[in-house]
Amino acid sequence: MTRNLGEEPKPSILETAKQLRAELSEDYHDKVMTAIYADAAQIADTTISRDTKKANLTFDRALDRILTHPIGGFVAMGLMFLIVFWITIAGANIPSQMLGDLLLGTVYNLLHQLATALSLPVWLSGFLIDGIYLATAWVIAVMLPPMAIFFPLFTLLEDFGYLPRVAFNLDRLFASAGTHGKQSLSMMMGFGCNAAGVISTRIIDSPRERLIAILTNNFSICNGRWPTLILMGTIFIGALAPPALASLVAALSVVTIAVLGIVMTLIVSWGLSKTWLKGETSVFSLELPPYRPPQILQTLYTSIIDRTLIVLWRAVMMAAPAGAVIWLSSNIMIGDASIAAHLVNLLNPIGWFLGMNGVILVAYIVAIPANEIVIPTILMLTMTLGKVAGAQAGVMIELDDAQVYHVLTEVGGWTLLTAINLMLFSLLHNPCSTTILTIWNETKNLKWTMVATFLPIAMGVAVTFTTTLVAHLLGFV
Amino acid sequence: MTMQAMPATCQTCPAYNAASLKKLGVSTEGADYVIALAGNPNTGKSTVFNALTGLRQHVGNWPGKTVARAEGGFTYHDKTYKLVDLPGTYSLLSTSTDEEIARNFILFGQPSVTIVVVDATRLERNLNLALQILQITDRVVVALNLMDEAKRHGIEIDVRHLSRKLGVPVIPMAARQMQGIPELLDAIDNVARNKVATKPHHIRQQDSQVEYALNTLVEEIEAAYPGLPNARWVALRLLDGDESIEQAISENRLGTLAETATIMQQPAPEPIIAVEAIS
Repeated sequence: MTRNLGEEPKPSILETAKQLRAELSEDYHDKVMTAIYADAAQIADTTISRDTKKANLTFDRALDRILTHPIGGFVAMGLMFLIVFWITIAGANIPSQMLGDLLLGTVYNLLHQLATALSLPVWLSGFLIDGIYLATAWVIAVMLPPMAIFFPLFTLLEDFGYLPRVAFNLDRLFASAGTHGKQSLSMMMGFGCNAAGVISTRIIDSPRERLIAILTNNFSICNGRWPTLILMGTIFIGALAPPALASLVAALSVVTIAVLGIVMTLIVSWGLSKTWLKGETSVFSLELPPYRPPQILQTLYTSIIDRTLIVLWRAVMMAAPAGAVIWLSSNIMIGDASIAAHLVNLLNPIGWFLGMNGVILVAYIVAIPANEIVIPTILMLTMTLGKVAGAQAGVMIELDDAQVYHVLTEVGGWTLLTAINLMLFSLLHNPCSTTILTIWNETKNLKWTMVATFLPIAMGVAVTFTTTLVAHLLGFV
Repeated sequence: MTMQAMPATCQTCPAYNAASLKKLGVSTEGADYVIALAGNPNTGKSTVFNALTGLRQHVGNWPGKTVARAEGGFTYHDKTYKLVDLPGTYSLLSTSTDEEIARNFILFGQPSVTIVVVDATRLERNLNLALQILQITDRVVVALNLMDEAKRHGIEIDVRHLSRKLGVPVIPMAARQMQGIPELLDAIDNVARNKVATKPHHIRQQDSQVEYALNTLVEEIEAAYPGLPNARWVALRLLDGDESIEQAISENRLGTLAETATIMQQPAPEPIIAVEAIS
């Protein structure tokens, strides 16, 4: 017999199920689970035999005892990241220099010779070479070496199985902040890219806790911001120490900012979960995977191809138009000054209150699409507006660290305070436009997108204003 | 246990067949078979996925990395396969988003084969999920991954016994070292083309009241939807008050499932190997 589908057999099934369900005891679900566990245990028991002599978990266990220790775990964590940044800073120094010499020296001069040979008009060669090319070359010289060292190191740690231990350590802190322990995982993704970090909050089921994770992801320093911190840490803070310790001190300052970001994440999460986003804290279980010997060659390949080059490509795509905009705004005059000069003058008073200057604020506006171009923009504007000898309007010149220091302090009037505030502002300002768009896509909520955008700026203003005030009161400046 | 690649002279051995594997990347249009990839978090699903498709999805050593479904494809023995990487879950019985994505895909997506990636070093806990999947579909291949780590930890696994207990093919693998991939492909092919008859393990309920309720409901479901391969599991979920299953019944989606399941099973050209559950 064939059953007619329109005959609706379904309600009777649902009806029967309802009746039967009423007769079942409360712990039905548990009984079903128990039956599954019992069968799984029975099958596992009869298929596994253990060679106790060979059982060699001691290494994993001993390592976990240190790495997930309530205190030792944090010490190990700090050391691990310090070492990663130290290697990055110390190792990137020489290749950065070489790349700078090549792209900003040799190639740049060749391009100008070529332009002269082709007798291009000055405005065109200026726009193309001094604007677009130089901005792009700068970004590559500044970013490529540290990224090419940092990413593989970070990926090796990940491959080894260290990240879940970090999440395990931080879980307690997140729990006391009233949020989901998985937030530590999305936070860690944010250390690569905030947009990716925001997407990865999908692993958090509770909408309340997920929203907290989205709103605080920006406190993870992303790829675009590491170069700013590394440069400031190297030329202003590392330089305070004796040469032998310089890279280490520089690394320490970068790690301090990153840790401050974690502290901010926790404070803001705590604040949100006590006010706007009150609710229950979910429990979750996190499995610590075994330590696995990292596959070094494969890791090098994938992290350089997949991460470094993709990040670099994005930076270059942003730098080229930004270079054009900076060059144009430095060369188009309104009245007696260029557009850039007007903007800088307009923002100078605000910058002064925050212990920075108008140039830095303009750079952060130009860098809304990508934080990677903050430093090139600052240098370019400082030099053109400060009328550095030999610098044409809107031209970024070949600089090594010592010269950058010289330009910023002598021409830009920077002090140690300016550098520290820039590092703090780099941590605490609006997310890049890609991240804002991602937050919108994930929340579809204008209010929360706005909060995610403006809350960090408000915090950045408050923090830099305070440090400036304190520095002035104590007479450091 | 054949973990090493065999000499390529033998035309019937899995290593030879692997040569006909053509990596397709993401061009999965008009695939002959759809394959789901399920398993606990951090068991190497993404590694298996990448090994089969030639894609380089980022593989991380931490749980919960695959947030949404990833898809890819490959061809093997002139058939094209679409492979869907599901989020890792420990169970399919609760209501978290991850579990729902995985469960709905296996139930309603009706993949030709579901590969359950199982961590050999944590067999018992991984079997909890594998057994649950076996209640939903009998078209399963178990990829017993991380055999190298199990060996390092002094764990021996009787693969043949496990396969007979579960009633589906079990392939020992070390996906990171590309070991066992040819054998896995062969097993997928066998199940997809019905060349191997599976008879999945069924959970024994210890509680007589539960058993009675289940049997009553199963009878009614089977009468309504002849050919539905997972009547017992549907009954189990209905007794738990699973809303998405109730909805599927009101919308008569189970009827459609039963029909396609019957079609998928039909052309069973001479079962070559029979894998049966023993209890």
